[in-house]
Amino acid sequence: MTNYREIAWQGLWKNNPGLVQLLGLCPLLAVTATITNALGLGIATLLVLISSNILVSLVRDYVPKEIRIPVFVMIIAALVTTVQLLINAYAYGLYLSLGIFLPLIVTNCIIIGRAEAFASRNNAFSAAFDGLMMGLGFTLVLAALGATREILGQGTLFDGADQLLGPWAKSLTIHVWQVDTPFLLAMLPPGAFIVMGLLIALKNVIDKKLKEHQPQVATEPSVTRARITKVS
Amino acid sequence: MAFKIASSPHVTQNLHTSTVMQRVILCLLPGLVVQCAFFGWGTLVQVLLAIIVALSAEAAVMKLRNRSIKASLSDNSAMLTAILIGVAIPPLAPWWMIVIGTTFAIIVVKHLYGGLGHNLFNPAMAAYVLLLISFPVQMTTWIAPSTVVMHSPSVLDSLQLIFNIGAHVNMDQFRLGIDGVAMATPLDTLKTDLSMGLTRTESMTKAIFDGATGVGWFWVNLAYLGGGLVLLKLKAIRWHISTGVLAGLFVASSVGFLLSPDTQGSPLFHLFSGATMLAAFFIATDPVTAATSPRGRIIFGALIGVLVYIIRTQGGYPDAFAFAVLLANLCAPFIDYYVRPRSYGHSTS
Repeated sequence: MTNYREIAWQGLWKNNPGLVQLLGLCPLLAVTATITNALGLGIATLLVLISSNILVSLVRDYVPKEIRIPVFVMIIAALVTTVQLLINAYAYGLYLSLGIFLPLIVTNCIIIGRAEAFASRNNAFSAAFDGLMMGLGFTLVLAALGATREILGQGTLFDGADQLLGPWAKSLTIHVWQVDTPFLLAMLPPGAFIVMGLLIALKNVIDKKLKEHQPQVATEPSVTRARITKVS
Repeated sequence: MAFKIASSPHVTQNLHTSTVMQRVILCLLPGLVVQCAFFGWGTLVQVLLAIIVALSAEAAVMKLRNRSIKASLSDNSAMLTAILIGVAIPPLAPWWMIVIGTTFAIIVVKHLYGGLGHNLFNPAMAAYVLLLISFPVQMTTWIAPSTVVMHSPSVLDSLQLIFNIGAHVNMDQFRLGIDGVAMATPLDTLKTDLSMGLTRTESMTKAIFDGATGVGWFWVNLAYLGGGLVLLKLKAIRWHISTGVLAGLFVASSVGFLLSPDTQGSPLFHLFSGATMLAAFFIATDPVTAATSPRGRIIFGALIGVLVYIIRTQGGYPDAFAFAVLLANLCAPFIDYYVRPRSYGHSTS
């Protein structure tokens, strides 16, 4: 499967890790209270996913089948530790607000899932591309969820963006509306579940509409009858 | 003479959902009136607002689902949900709270699960919990009953506070007792006092209490009890769940009271405080979300009663019926699985 267009379509929409495969739900629901946190975790996952896909794809011919899972997990763990140290060094505020979910990327099913299902069977280039697309698909879902919850919960967008991008990003915060009393439910995990369900429903509606708009290919019944009586 | 061949049940009754719901609503009215008498017109405004929102939400969803709008509006179930939310939330809560709650109850809790008869959770209580965890301050600010406060809100005051127009009225002025100290609900007061090291008898001397129970709340509960008994008489509900709830709460609170009379409310206090009677007769008895067999319903009710006592005394929130009902809703399929009625001609094993 080296068709890049197909890989992109699979990762971003048709087989989206967040909306369709429903993988990595734990960080998806836990850290998306603001769009900044969501983007932070999304980008971290994206980086790990691309590099783990490349490494797994490179070593795939040298790893015995029997012990491939432990080997993949060790590769992923090493990469996650690297990313964690990088975020700790360059975005300390974000490191604090992501907390335990940053090291928990190791257990994110998307990464081991793509390593096993795609990277261990394809060459490094398409594996990297698959990692990029899957990671982007996941990040987009995280961002959509984070944006919805942040607007509903506290009426802002990009609150705390300085934690991710540095002090200049303080001015990025957009006040969509003034909220006197924060809508706590949207910020709490149950709100994440509800918004996630609505996002999946929205995707299903869009899929249904797309299907309706596709030109119907008329399939004529092409059954040829076998004569069993002899034509005289 | 024609002999009809039909399968069981052979005794039929011409009782539609709309009739049952209508009777439940009518039996709620005495409690609503008493609540208005003690807490002002706010409750009535909330109920009317909730009904309007609920019916609009129901109509909108029915339009989306391509179902008959008229049929679903005339079954009165949305209206009952709305009234229950309206009487459950604080009388002077801002208008957007009841709008959010009612919309959530009808659209998410009821129709996203498949509409009337398919919902897992009691819509009114799910909406109450949504509001309670989202807006804890507004949801726990009850005004004190009119007999013990300096000022009780007029119709105009209630409307101004609910719709947030005209800033010269403040909700806190309706919570001041004659001695000028702000009052909370009886359950809240007792809980706070006990946590501050007072004994139950010391706490009970406050103006909000009237001997053994809270002022006003006793009569509100009595009115709901009366309405509930009429409902039983009309056979709109069966006795199992209500009895289970009251018995569960009574037994649990009696045990607590006997073990430690200084730090626990009396059984009478628990039975006639907060939403006890309203929940026992009107909320827990929702046939959709309860267990189905008679024995199962007794267990279901008792579970609610015991949970209410545990959450009231150990939990962080003053009243607990919404949480208890939702938790019991979760257990209903489990109860039904283990409590199966004996079918005719078979032994119990």
